[in-house]
Amino acid sequence: MNKFLTSKWTKFAVFLICLIPAGDLVGRALTALVAGLPLETYLTPDPIKFITHRTGDWTLRFIIFALAVTPLRKILKLPQLIRFRRMLGLFAFFYGTLHFLTWMVLDKFFDWRDMWADVYKRPFITLGFVGFVLMIPLALTSTAGMIRRLGGKRWQRLHRLIYVTACLGAIHYYWSVKSDVRKPLFFAALIAILLAWRIAVWTIARRNAPDAVTDSPPSSPASA
Amino acid sequence: MADKFKPDLTYSDVTPKTLYMGRRNFLLGLAATGAAVTAYKRLPGLFAPRATGSVPVPLNGVVQSKYTTTGEKVTPENWVTSYNNYYEFGVEKDDPSKNAKNFVTSPWTVSIEGEVAKPQKLSMDDILKVAPLEERVYRHRCVEAWSIVVPWIGYSFSNIVKLAEPTPKAKYVAFETYYDRKQMPLGSEAGIQLPYREGLRLDEAMNPLTLLCVGMYGETLPNQDGAPVRIVVPWKYGFKSAKSLVKIRFVKSEPETTWDMFTGVNGTPEYGFYANVNPNVDHPRWSQAKERRLGEFLKRPTLMFNGYGDLVASLYAGMDLRKNF
Repeated sequence: MNKFLTSKWTKFAVFLICLIPAGDLVGRALTALVAGLPLETYLTPDPIKFITHRTGDWTLRFIIFALAVTPLRKILKLPQLIRFRRMLGLFAFFYGTLHFLTWMVLDKFFDWRDMWADVYKRPFITLGFVGFVLMIPLALTSTAGMIRRLGGKRWQRLHRLIYVTACLGAIHYYWSVKSDVRKPLFFAALIAILLAWRIAVWTIARRNAPDAVTDSPPSSPASA
Repeated sequence: MADKFKPDLTYSDVTPKTLYMGRRNFLLGLAATGAAVTAYKRLPGLFAPRATGSVPVPLNGVVQSKYTTTGEKVTPENWVTSYNNYYEFGVEKDDPSKNAKNFVTSPWTVSIEGEVAKPQKLSMDDILKVAPLEERVYRHRCVEAWSIVVPWIGYSFSNIVKLAEPTPKAKYVAFETYYDRKQMPLGSEAGIQLPYREGLRLDEAMNPLTLLCVGMYGETLPNQDGAPVRIVVPWKYGFKSAKSLVKIRFVKSEPETTWDMFTGVNGTPEYGFYANVNPNVDHPRWSQAKERRLGEFLKRPTLMFNGYGDLVASLYAGMDLRKNF
Protein backbone atom coordinates (compact mmCIF):
# COMPACT_ATOMS: atom_id res chain seq x y z
CA MET A 1 0.00 0.00 0.00
CA ASN A 2 2.78 2.35 0.99
CA LYS A 3 4.62 1.65 -2.25
CA PHE A 4 1.46 2.14 -4.27
CA LEU A 5 0.63 5.47 -2.64
CA THR A 6 4.14 6.87 -2.97
CA SER A 7 4.62 5.72 -6.56
CA LYS A 8 4.90 8.57 -9.01
CA TRP A 9 2.77 6.53 -11.39
CA THR A 10 -0.12 6.56 -8.94
CA LYS A 11 0.13 10.32 -8.74
CA PHE A 12 0.22 10.53 -12.51
CA ALA A 13 -2.84 8.26 -12.78
CA VAL A 14 -4.76 10.38 -10.27
CA PHE A 15 -3.82 13.45 -12.28
CA LEU A 16 -5.28 11.90 -15.43
CA ILE A 17 -8.44 10.80 -13.60
CA CYS A 18 -8.95 14.34 -12.32
CA LEU A 19 -8.88 15.54 -15.93
CA ILE A 20 -11.75 13.28 -17.01
CA PRO A 21 -14.57 15.79 -16.29
CA ALA A 22 -12.83 18.50 -18.31
CA GLY A 23 -11.91 15.92 -20.96
CA ASP A 24 -15.55 14.87 -21.14
CA LEU A 25 -16.63 18.44 -21.93
CA VAL A 26 -13.86 18.89 -24.50
CA GLY A 27 -14.62 15.45 -25.94
CA ARG A 28 -18.30 16.30 -26.36
CA ALA A 29 -17.44 19.52 -28.17
CA LEU A 30 -14.80 17.85 -30.38
CA THR A 31 -17.05 14.87 -31.20
CA ALA A 32 -19.69 17.29 -32.47
CA LEU A 33 -17.18 19.45 -34.37
CA VAL A 34 -15.45 16.47 -36.01
CA ALA A 35 -18.81 15.05 -37.12
CA GLY A 36 -19.90 18.48 -38.39
CA LEU A 37 -22.86 18.51 -35.98
CA PRO A 38 -23.99 21.48 -33.90
CA LEU A 39 -22.35 21.70 -30.46
CA GLU A 40 -25.79 21.16 -28.92
CA THR A 41 -25.73 17.52 -30.09
CA TYR A 42 -23.59 16.43 -27.15
CA LEU A 43 -23.67 19.52 -24.93
CA THR A 44 -27.50 19.73 -24.60
CA PRO A 45 -29.54 22.48 -26.28
CA ASP A 46 -28.24 24.96 -23.69
CA PRO A 47 -24.49 24.19 -23.78
CA ILE A 48 -23.51 27.15 -21.60
CA LYS A 49 -25.81 26.08 -18.78
CA PHE A 50 -24.56 22.51 -19.12
CA ILE A 51 -20.90 23.58 -18.94
CA THR A 52 -21.66 25.92 -16.03
CA HIS A 53 -23.34 23.17 -14.02
CA ARG A 54 -20.70 20.54 -14.78
CA THR A 55 -17.73 22.75 -13.86
CA GLY A 56 -19.52 24.01 -10.74
CA ASP A 57 -20.29 20.47 -9.59
CA TRP A 58 -16.67 19.42 -10.02
CA THR A 59 -15.34 22.47 -8.19
CA LEU A 60 -17.35 21.48 -5.13
CA ARG A 61 -16.41 17.82 -5.50
CA PHE A 62 -12.69 18.61 -5.60
CA ILE A 63 -13.00 20.93 -2.60
CA ILE A 64 -14.61 17.99 -0.80
CA PHE A 65 -11.87 15.59 -1.98
CA ALA A 66 -9.15 17.97 -0.78
CA LEU A 67 -10.89 18.45 2.58
CA ALA A 68 -11.22 14.67 2.95
CA VAL A 69 -7.47 14.02 2.68
CA THR A 70 -6.53 14.88 6.27
CA PRO A 71 -9.42 13.00 7.96
CA LEU A 72 -8.75 9.98 5.74
CA ARG A 73 -5.03 9.88 6.35
CA LYS A 74 -5.57 10.12 10.10
CA ILE A 75 -8.44 7.64 10.28
CA LEU A 76 -6.91 5.14 7.84
CA LYS A 77 -3.41 5.80 9.21
CA LEU A 78 -2.13 6.48 5.71
CA PRO A 79 0.03 9.61 6.01
CA GLN A 80 1.16 9.21 2.38
CA LEU A 81 -2.26 10.45 1.23
CA ILE A 82 -0.96 13.97 1.84
CA ARG A 83 0.89 13.64 -1.46
CA PHE A 84 -2.40 14.11 -3.30
CA ARG A 85 -3.81 17.04 -1.37
CA ARG A 86 -2.14 19.86 -3.29
CA MET A 87 -3.16 18.33 -6.62
CA LEU A 88 -6.79 17.92 -5.51
CA GLY A 89 -6.86 21.50 -4.22
CA LEU A 90 -5.41 22.80 -7.46
CA PHE A 91 -7.99 20.85 -9.42
CA ALA A 92 -10.70 22.51 -7.32
CA PHE A 93 -9.18 25.81 -8.38
CA PHE A 94 -8.90 24.59 -12.00
CA TYR A 95 -12.60 23.68 -12.20
CA GLY A 96 -13.54 26.82 -10.23
CA THR A 97 -11.66 28.90 -12.78
CA LEU A 98 -13.44 27.13 -15.65
CA HIS A 99 -16.77 27.73 -13.87
CA PHE A 100 -15.95 31.42 -13.39
CA LEU A 101 -14.71 31.84 -16.98
CA THR A 102 -17.84 30.12 -18.30
CA TRP A 103 -19.89 32.73 -16.49
CA MET A 104 -17.67 35.65 -17.53
CA VAL A 105 -17.03 34.73 -21.16
CA LEU A 106 -19.78 32.39 -22.33
CA ASP A 107 -22.69 33.60 -20.20
CA LYS A 108 -22.00 37.33 -19.79
CA PHE A 109 -19.61 37.76 -22.73
CA PHE A 110 -17.52 40.42 -20.93
CA ASP A 111 -20.58 42.57 -20.21
CA TRP A 112 -18.97 44.15 -17.13
CA ARG A 113 -22.04 46.09 -16.11
CA ASP A 114 -24.22 43.00 -16.25
CA MET A 115 -21.59 41.01 -14.34
CA TRP A 116 -21.31 43.65 -11.64
CA ALA A 117 -25.11 43.78 -11.34
CA ASP A 118 -25.11 39.98 -10.89
CA VAL A 119 -22.42 40.01 -8.19
CA TYR A 120 -23.97 43.01 -6.44
CA LYS A 121 -27.65 42.08 -6.61
CA ARG A 122 -27.74 38.32 -6.40
CA PRO A 123 -26.55 36.77 -3.16
CA PHE A 124 -25.82 33.35 -4.66
CA ILE A 125 -23.50 34.90 -7.25
CA THR A 126 -21.89 37.15 -4.62
CA LEU A 127 -21.07 34.09 -2.51
CA GLY A 128 -19.77 32.09 -5.47
CA PHE A 129 -17.61 34.99 -6.57
CA VAL A 130 -16.13 35.55 -3.10
CA GLY A 131 -15.52 31.82 -2.71
CA PHE A 132 -13.62 31.77 -6.00
CA VAL A 133 -11.57 34.88 -5.20
CA LEU A 134 -10.54 33.36 -1.85
CA MET A 135 -9.09 30.36 -3.71
CA ILE A 136 -6.69 32.54 -5.72
CA PRO A 137 -4.15 33.20 -2.89
CA LEU A 138 -4.25 29.50 -2.05
CA ALA A 139 -3.40 28.51 -5.62
CA LEU A 140 -0.64 31.16 -5.77
CA THR A 141 0.96 29.91 -2.55
CA SER A 142 0.69 26.23 -3.39
CA THR A 143 4.33 25.80 -4.43
CA ALA A 144 7.01 24.43 -2.13
CA GLY A 145 8.87 27.73 -2.50
CA MET A 146 5.90 29.73 -1.27
CA ILE A 147 5.38 27.37 1.67
CA ARG A 148 9.01 27.95 2.65
CA ARG A 149 8.78 31.69 2.20
CA LEU A 150 5.59 31.99 4.27
CA GLY A 151 6.64 29.54 6.95
CA GLY A 152 4.62 26.43 7.69
CA LYS A 153 2.37 27.90 10.32
CA ARG A 154 1.47 31.06 8.45
CA TRP A 155 0.96 29.06 5.29
CA GLN A 156 -1.37 26.71 7.12
CA ARG A 157 -3.32 29.59 8.62
CA LEU A 158 -3.76 31.14 5.18
CA HIS A 159 -4.88 27.86 3.67
CA ARG A 160 -7.66 27.51 6.22
CA LEU A 161 -9.44 29.91 3.88
CA ILE A 162 -10.55 26.78 2.02
CA TYR A 163 -13.02 26.17 4.87
CA VAL A 164 -14.64 29.51 4.05
CA THR A 165 -14.68 28.74 0.33
CA ALA A 166 -16.23 25.34 1.00
CA CYS A 167 -19.06 26.89 3.05
CA LEU A 168 -19.64 29.67 0.52
CA GLY A 169 -19.64 27.12 -2.30
CA ALA A 170 -22.23 24.97 -0.57
CA ILE A 171 -24.56 27.93 0.05
CA HIS A 172 -23.93 29.25 -3.47
CA TYR A 173 -25.16 25.95 -4.89
CA TYR A 174 -28.09 25.68 -2.49
CA TRP A 175 -29.32 29.18 -3.30
CA SER A 176 -28.96 28.72 -7.04
CA VAL A 177 -31.37 25.80 -7.51
CA LYS A 178 -35.06 26.23 -8.16
CA SER A 179 -36.76 23.59 -6.06
CA ASP A 180 -35.02 20.21 -5.81
CA VAL A 181 -32.37 20.82 -3.12
CA ARG A 182 -31.29 17.21 -2.61
CA LYS A 183 -27.97 17.49 -4.43
CA PRO A 184 -26.88 20.80 -2.87
CA LEU A 185 -27.86 19.44 0.55
CA PHE A 186 -25.80 16.31 -0.08
CA PHE A 187 -22.71 18.41 -0.88
CA ALA A 188 -23.38 20.65 2.13
CA ALA A 189 -23.69 17.61 4.40
CA LEU A 190 -20.34 16.22 3.24
CA ILE A 191 -18.65 19.58 3.83
CA ALA A 192 -20.31 19.85 7.25
CA ILE A 193 -19.02 16.38 8.23
CA LEU A 194 -15.48 17.21 7.10
CA LEU A 195 -15.45 20.50 9.00
CA ALA A 196 -17.10 18.96 12.07
CA TRP A 197 -14.33 16.35 12.18
CA ARG A 198 -11.76 19.15 12.39
CA ILE A 199 -13.66 20.95 15.11
CA ALA A 200 -13.84 17.69 17.07
CA VAL A 201 -10.08 17.11 16.68
CA TRP A 202 -9.29 20.67 17.75
CA THR A 203 -11.60 20.49 20.73
CA ILE A 204 -10.00 17.27 21.92
CA ALA A 205 -6.49 18.64 21.39
CA ARG A 206 -7.38 21.79 23.31
CA ARG A 207 -8.80 19.82 26.22
CA ASN A 208 -5.72 17.60 26.40
CA ALA A 209 -3.29 20.53 26.33
CA PRO A 210 -5.08 23.62 27.65
CA ASP A 211 -1.86 25.49 28.46
CA ALA A 212 -0.64 25.34 24.91
CA VAL A 213 -3.52 27.38 23.54
CA THR A 214 -4.41 29.79 26.33
CA ASP A 215 -2.48 32.43 28.24
CA SER A 216 -4.70 32.29 31.30
CA PRO A 217 -3.15 30.82 34.44
CA PRO A 218 -3.96 27.19 35.19
CA SER A 219 -7.27 26.95 36.99
CA SER A 220 -7.25 25.87 40.59
CA PRO A 221 -8.44 22.33 41.25
CA ALA A 222 -11.26 23.73 43.40
CA SER A 223 -12.97 25.42 40.50
CA ALA A 224 -12.84 22.39 38.21
CA MET B 1 10.52 25.79 17.17
CA ALA B 2 7.34 24.23 15.89
CA ASP B 3 6.87 27.36 13.78
CA LYS B 4 9.87 26.58 11.68
CA PHE B 5 9.26 24.95 8.35
CA LYS B 6 11.12 21.67 7.91
CA PRO B 7 11.81 20.85 4.28
CA ASP B 8 10.98 17.20 3.77
CA LEU B 9 11.53 17.14 0.04
CA THR B 10 14.60 15.37 -1.31
CA TYR B 11 15.99 15.17 -4.79
CA SER B 12 14.02 11.95 -5.41
CA ASP B 13 10.80 13.94 -5.13
CA VAL B 14 11.60 16.01 -8.19
CA THR B 15 9.32 15.07 -11.05
CA PRO B 16 11.31 13.39 -13.81
CA LYS B 17 11.38 15.29 -17.05
CA THR B 18 9.66 12.45 -18.91
CA LEU B 19 6.61 12.91 -16.72
CA TYR B 20 6.50 16.61 -17.09
CA MET B 21 3.56 16.89 -19.44
CA GLY B 22 3.79 19.27 -22.34
CA ARG B 23 0.77 21.24 -23.42
CA ARG B 24 0.29 19.05 -26.46
CA ASN B 25 0.18 15.88 -24.37
CA PHE B 26 -2.19 17.55 -21.94
CA LEU B 27 -4.62 18.45 -24.73
CA LEU B 28 -4.28 15.02 -26.31
CA GLY B 29 -5.06 13.51 -22.93
CA LEU B 30 -8.14 15.69 -22.62
CA ALA B 31 -9.41 14.71 -26.05
CA ALA B 32 -8.69 11.01 -25.49
CA THR B 33 -10.48 10.84 -22.14
CA GLY B 34 -13.36 12.77 -23.68
CA ALA B 35 -13.70 10.34 -26.56
CA ALA B 36 -13.50 7.36 -24.18
CA VAL B 37 -16.21 8.79 -21.91
CA THR B 38 -18.50 9.55 -24.85
CA ALA B 39 -18.09 6.02 -26.21
CA TYR B 40 -18.76 4.54 -22.78
CA LYS B 41 -21.93 6.58 -22.36
CA ARG B 42 -23.38 5.34 -25.64
CA LEU B 43 -22.99 1.73 -24.55
CA PRO B 44 -26.09 1.32 -22.33
CA GLY B 45 -28.35 2.57 -25.13
CA LEU B 46 -27.64 -0.59 -27.08
CA PHE B 47 -29.15 -2.79 -24.40
CA ALA B 48 -32.05 -0.60 -23.22
CA PRO B 49 -35.52 -2.22 -23.34
CA ARG B 50 -38.07 -0.85 -25.76
CA ALA B 51 -40.27 1.92 -24.41
CA THR B 52 -43.92 1.04 -23.84
CA GLY B 53 -45.50 4.51 -23.63
CA SER B 54 -47.51 6.56 -26.10
CA VAL B 55 -45.66 7.97 -29.11
CA PRO B 56 -46.50 10.95 -31.38
CA VAL B 57 -48.54 10.32 -34.54
CA PRO B 58 -49.06 12.73 -37.47
CA LEU B 59 -52.00 15.14 -37.23
CA ASN B 60 -54.01 15.64 -40.42
CA GLY B 61 -56.06 18.58 -41.63
CA VAL B 62 -54.05 21.21 -39.77
CA VAL B 63 -54.63 24.71 -41.16
CA GLN B 64 -52.44 27.80 -40.96
CA SER B 65 -53.45 30.39 -38.39
CA LYS B 66 -53.60 34.17 -38.50
CA TYR B 67 -52.20 34.14 -34.97
CA THR B 68 -48.97 32.46 -36.01
CA THR B 69 -45.74 34.36 -35.30
CA THR B 70 -43.75 35.19 -38.42
CA GLY B 71 -40.11 36.05 -38.93
CA GLU B 72 -38.73 33.66 -36.32
CA LYS B 73 -36.51 30.66 -36.94
CA VAL B 74 -38.23 27.58 -35.57
CA THR B 75 -36.13 25.72 -32.96
CA PRO B 76 -34.99 22.23 -34.09
CA GLU B 77 -37.54 19.66 -32.95
CA ASN B 78 -35.02 17.39 -31.23
CA TRP B 79 -34.08 20.22 -28.88
CA VAL B 80 -37.70 20.90 -27.96
CA THR B 81 -38.11 17.19 -27.19
CA SER B 82 -34.87 16.76 -25.24
CA TYR B 83 -34.68 19.99 -23.21
CA ASN B 84 -37.71 20.07 -20.94
CA ASN B 85 -39.02 21.21 -17.61
CA TYR B 86 -41.53 18.58 -16.54
CA TYR B 87 -40.79 18.01 -12.87
CA GLU B 88 -43.07 14.98 -12.56
CA PHE B 89 -40.46 13.20 -14.70
CA GLY B 90 -37.36 14.65 -12.97
CA VAL B 91 -35.93 18.11 -12.48
CA GLU B 92 -33.00 17.96 -14.91
CA LYS B 93 -33.58 19.17 -18.45
CA ASP B 94 -32.79 15.78 -19.98
CA ASP B 95 -34.84 13.81 -17.43
CA PRO B 96 -38.33 14.11 -19.00
CA SER B 97 -37.29 12.78 -22.42
CA LYS B 98 -35.78 9.71 -20.73
CA ASN B 99 -38.35 9.13 -17.99
CA ALA B 100 -41.58 9.86 -19.90
CA LYS B 101 -40.92 7.09 -22.46
CA ASN B 102 -43.34 4.69 -20.78
CA PHE B 103 -46.02 7.29 -20.03
CA VAL B 104 -49.40 6.06 -21.31
CA THR B 105 -51.75 8.87 -22.37
CA SER B 106 -54.57 6.83 -23.85
CA PRO B 107 -57.39 6.72 -22.89
CA TRP B 108 -57.49 10.29 -21.60
CA THR B 109 -60.27 12.38 -20.09
CA VAL B 110 -60.39 16.09 -19.41
CA SER B 111 -63.00 17.13 -16.91
CA ILE B 112 -64.63 20.55 -17.24
CA GLU B 113 -66.23 21.65 -14.00
CA GLY B 114 -66.98 24.51 -11.60
CA GLU B 115 -69.02 27.60 -12.40
CA VAL B 116 -70.31 26.37 -15.78
CA ALA B 117 -73.68 25.64 -17.29
CA LYS B 118 -72.35 22.54 -19.03
CA PRO B 119 -69.90 20.55 -16.90
CA GLN B 120 -68.61 17.65 -18.95
CA LYS B 121 -65.91 15.09 -19.50
CA LEU B 122 -64.11 15.19 -22.82
CA SER B 123 -62.16 12.34 -24.40
CA MET B 124 -59.24 13.13 -26.73
CA ASP B 125 -61.52 12.33 -29.69
CA ASP B 126 -63.99 14.92 -28.40
CA ILE B 127 -61.25 17.50 -27.90
CA LEU B 128 -59.90 17.05 -31.44
CA LYS B 129 -63.41 17.82 -32.82
CA VAL B 130 -64.16 21.03 -30.90
CA ALA B 131 -62.57 23.31 -33.51
CA PRO B 132 -60.32 23.06 -36.58
CA LEU B 133 -56.69 22.42 -35.68
CA GLU B 134 -54.36 25.30 -36.46
CA GLU B 135 -50.59 25.45 -36.59
CA ARG B 136 -49.28 28.38 -34.56
CA VAL B 137 -45.64 29.30 -34.31
CA TYR B 138 -45.09 30.95 -30.92
CA ARG B 139 -42.08 32.25 -29.03
CA HIS B 140 -41.83 30.34 -25.75
CA ARG B 141 -39.90 32.10 -22.98
CA CYS B 142 -38.95 30.13 -19.88
CA VAL B 143 -38.71 31.95 -16.56
CA GLU B 144 -35.14 30.57 -16.43
CA ALA B 145 -34.17 33.02 -19.21
CA TRP B 146 -33.97 30.65 -22.16
CA SER B 147 -36.37 30.58 -25.07
CA ILE B 148 -37.47 28.51 -28.06
CA VAL B 149 -39.77 28.95 -31.08
CA VAL B 150 -42.27 26.13 -31.49
CA PRO B 151 -44.89 25.33 -34.16
CA TRP B 152 -47.69 24.23 -31.83
CA ILE B 153 -50.95 22.66 -33.05
CA GLY B 154 -54.31 23.34 -31.46
CA TYR B 155 -57.03 25.96 -31.32
CA SER B 156 -57.92 28.97 -29.21
CA PHE B 157 -58.88 27.93 -25.70
CA SER B 158 -61.89 30.26 -26.01
CA ASN B 159 -63.56 27.40 -27.95
CA ILE B 160 -63.52 25.32 -24.77
CA VAL B 161 -64.83 28.26 -22.72
CA LYS B 162 -67.78 28.61 -25.12
CA LEU B 163 -68.44 24.89 -24.93
CA ALA B 164 -68.53 25.01 -21.11
CA GLU B 165 -70.73 28.13 -20.91
CA PRO B 166 -69.32 29.68 -17.72
CA THR B 167 -71.83 31.31 -15.37
CA PRO B 168 -71.45 35.03 -14.49
CA LYS B 169 -69.75 33.94 -11.26
CA ALA B 170 -66.78 32.46 -13.14
CA LYS B 171 -63.86 34.91 -13.10
CA TYR B 172 -60.86 32.58 -13.32
CA VAL B 173 -59.92 29.26 -14.90
CA ALA B 174 -57.91 26.75 -12.88
CA PHE B 175 -55.92 24.01 -14.61
CA GLU B 176 -54.92 20.77 -12.97
CA THR B 177 -52.49 18.37 -14.61
CA TYR B 178 -52.07 14.62 -14.48
CA TYR B 179 -50.20 13.16 -11.53
CA ASP B 180 -49.74 9.47 -10.93
CA ARG B 181 -47.02 8.38 -8.49
CA LYS B 182 -46.67 5.07 -10.26
CA GLN B 183 -45.99 6.60 -13.66
CA MET B 184 -44.17 9.60 -12.19
CA PRO B 185 -42.13 8.28 -9.25
CA LEU B 186 -39.73 11.24 -9.38
CA GLY B 187 -42.56 13.69 -8.73
CA SER B 188 -42.27 13.30 -4.97
CA GLU B 189 -38.69 14.56 -5.10
CA ALA B 190 -39.35 17.61 -7.26
CA GLY B 191 -39.79 19.95 -4.31
CA ILE B 192 -43.08 21.39 -5.58
CA GLN B 193 -46.69 20.57 -4.74
CA LEU B 194 -48.25 18.13 -7.16
CA PRO B 195 -50.57 17.71 -8.99
CA TYR B 196 -49.30 20.73 -10.87
CA ARG B 197 -51.80 23.58 -10.80
CA GLU B 198 -51.97 26.67 -12.96
CA GLY B 199 -54.57 29.30 -13.70
CA LEU B 200 -55.60 32.30 -15.78
CA ARG B 201 -58.04 35.13 -15.39
CA LEU B 202 -61.11 34.41 -17.53
CA ASP B 203 -60.34 37.28 -19.94
CA GLU B 204 -56.79 35.96 -20.33
CA ALA B 205 -58.18 32.51 -21.05
CA MET B 206 -60.55 34.04 -23.63
CA ASN B 207 -57.72 35.83 -25.46
CA PRO B 208 -57.36 34.24 -28.91
CA LEU B 209 -53.62 33.67 -28.34
CA THR B 210 -54.29 31.28 -25.45
CA LEU B 211 -53.96 27.91 -27.12
CA LEU B 212 -55.40 24.55 -26.23
CA CYS B 213 -52.54 22.53 -27.65
CA VAL B 214 -52.62 18.92 -28.86
CA GLY B 215 -49.53 18.76 -31.04
CA MET B 216 -46.33 20.25 -32.39
CA TYR B 217 -44.12 19.88 -35.47
CA GLY B 218 -47.00 18.27 -37.40
CA GLU B 219 -47.61 15.50 -34.87
CA THR B 220 -49.41 14.88 -31.59
CA LEU B 221 -47.48 16.01 -28.50
CA PRO B 222 -44.56 13.89 -27.30
CA ASN B 223 -44.94 12.77 -23.65
CA GLN B 224 -42.19 15.06 -22.35
CA ASP B 225 -43.82 18.09 -24.01
CA GLY B 226 -47.17 17.60 -22.27
CA ALA B 227 -49.07 14.86 -24.13
CA PRO B 228 -51.85 14.52 -24.91
CA VAL B 229 -53.25 18.02 -24.31
CA ARG B 230 -51.79 21.15 -22.73
CA ILE B 231 -52.26 24.86 -22.55
CA VAL B 232 -49.90 27.35 -24.23
CA VAL B 233 -49.90 31.00 -23.14
CA PRO B 234 -47.18 32.64 -25.25
CA TRP B 235 -46.96 36.02 -23.47
CA LYS B 236 -46.37 34.42 -20.07
CA TYR B 237 -43.39 32.49 -18.70
CA GLY B 238 -43.40 28.85 -19.73
CA PHE B 239 -44.52 27.50 -16.36
CA LYS B 240 -47.98 29.01 -16.96
CA SER B 241 -48.38 26.67 -19.96
CA ALA B 242 -49.46 23.61 -17.98
CA LYS B 243 -48.93 20.17 -19.49
CA SER B 244 -51.03 16.98 -19.62
CA LEU B 245 -54.30 18.62 -18.52
CA VAL B 246 -56.93 16.57 -16.70
CA LYS B 247 -59.09 19.23 -15.09
CA ILE B 248 -60.35 22.64 -16.22
CA ARG B 249 -62.24 24.34 -13.42
CA PHE B 250 -64.04 27.68 -13.70
CA VAL B 251 -63.84 29.48 -10.36
CA LYS B 252 -64.85 32.71 -8.62
CA SER B 253 -61.49 33.80 -7.21
CA GLU B 254 -57.83 33.58 -8.10
CA PRO B 255 -56.88 29.89 -7.86
CA GLU B 256 -53.80 28.67 -6.02
CA THR B 257 -51.03 27.70 -8.42
CA THR B 258 -48.03 25.45 -7.86
CA TRP B 259 -45.30 28.04 -8.42
CA ASP B 260 -47.22 30.83 -6.71
CA MET B 261 -47.53 28.66 -3.59
CA PHE B 262 -43.86 27.75 -3.81
CA THR B 263 -41.51 29.70 -1.59
CA GLY B 264 -37.95 29.59 -2.81
CA VAL B 265 -34.95 28.43 -0.85
CA ASN B 266 -34.83 31.90 0.71
CA GLY B 267 -38.36 31.50 2.03
CA THR B 268 -39.84 34.20 -0.19
CA PRO B 269 -42.31 33.71 -3.05
CA GLU B 270 -40.49 33.99 -6.36
CA TYR B 271 -43.19 33.38 -8.95
CA GLY B 272 -46.33 35.46 -9.26
CA PHE B 273 -49.78 34.47 -10.52
CA TYR B 274 -49.58 36.65 -13.63
CA ALA B 275 -46.03 35.72 -14.69
CA ASN B 276 -46.19 37.91 -17.79
CA VAL B 277 -42.89 37.99 -19.68
CA ASN B 278 -41.42 41.30 -18.55
CA PRO B 279 -37.79 42.38 -19.11
CA ASN B 280 -38.14 45.13 -16.47
CA VAL B 281 -39.05 42.92 -13.52
CA ASP B 282 -36.21 40.67 -12.37
CA HIS B 283 -36.65 37.27 -10.85
CA PRO B 284 -35.19 37.54 -7.31
CA ARG B 285 -32.21 35.44 -8.35
CA TRP B 286 -31.62 36.47 -11.96
CA SER B 287 -32.29 39.20 -14.47
CA GLN B 288 -35.13 38.84 -16.98
CA ALA B 289 -33.80 41.56 -19.29
CA LYS B 290 -32.21 39.08 -21.67
CA GLU B 291 -32.73 35.50 -22.73
CA ARG B 292 -30.77 32.81 -24.52
CA ARG B 293 -32.58 31.55 -27.58
CA LEU B 294 -31.48 27.92 -27.75
CA GLY B 295 -28.92 27.63 -30.54
CA GLU B 296 -27.69 31.21 -30.21
CA PHE B 297 -24.43 32.08 -28.47
CA LEU B 298 -25.18 35.63 -27.32
CA LYS B 299 -28.22 36.51 -25.26
CA ARG B 300 -30.93 38.56 -26.92
CA PRO B 301 -33.13 41.19 -25.29
CA THR B 302 -36.40 39.89 -23.86
CA LEU B 303 -39.53 41.53 -25.30
CA MET B 304 -42.35 42.90 -23.15
CA PHE B 305 -45.16 40.32 -23.14
CA ASN B 306 -42.73 38.18 -25.15
CA GLY B 307 -43.53 40.38 -28.16
CA TYR B 308 -47.31 39.83 -28.01
CA GLY B 309 -48.18 43.19 -26.44
CA ASP B 310 -50.39 44.27 -29.36
CA LEU B 311 -52.85 41.53 -28.52
CA VAL B 312 -52.57 41.31 -24.75
CA ALA B 313 -51.32 44.59 -23.21
CA SER B 314 -54.89 45.89 -22.90
CA LEU B 315 -55.69 43.05 -20.47
CA TYR B 316 -53.46 44.73 -17.90
CA ALA B 317 -54.39 48.38 -18.41
CA GLY B 318 -54.06 50.27 -15.12
CA MET B 319 -52.33 47.37 -13.34
CA ASP B 320 -48.96 47.72 -11.63
CA LEU B 321 -47.03 44.90 -13.30
CA ARG B 322 -44.20 45.28 -10.80
CA LYS B 323 -46.58 44.33 -8.01
CA ASN B 324 -48.61 41.86 -10.06
CA PHE B 325 -45.56 40.09 -11.49
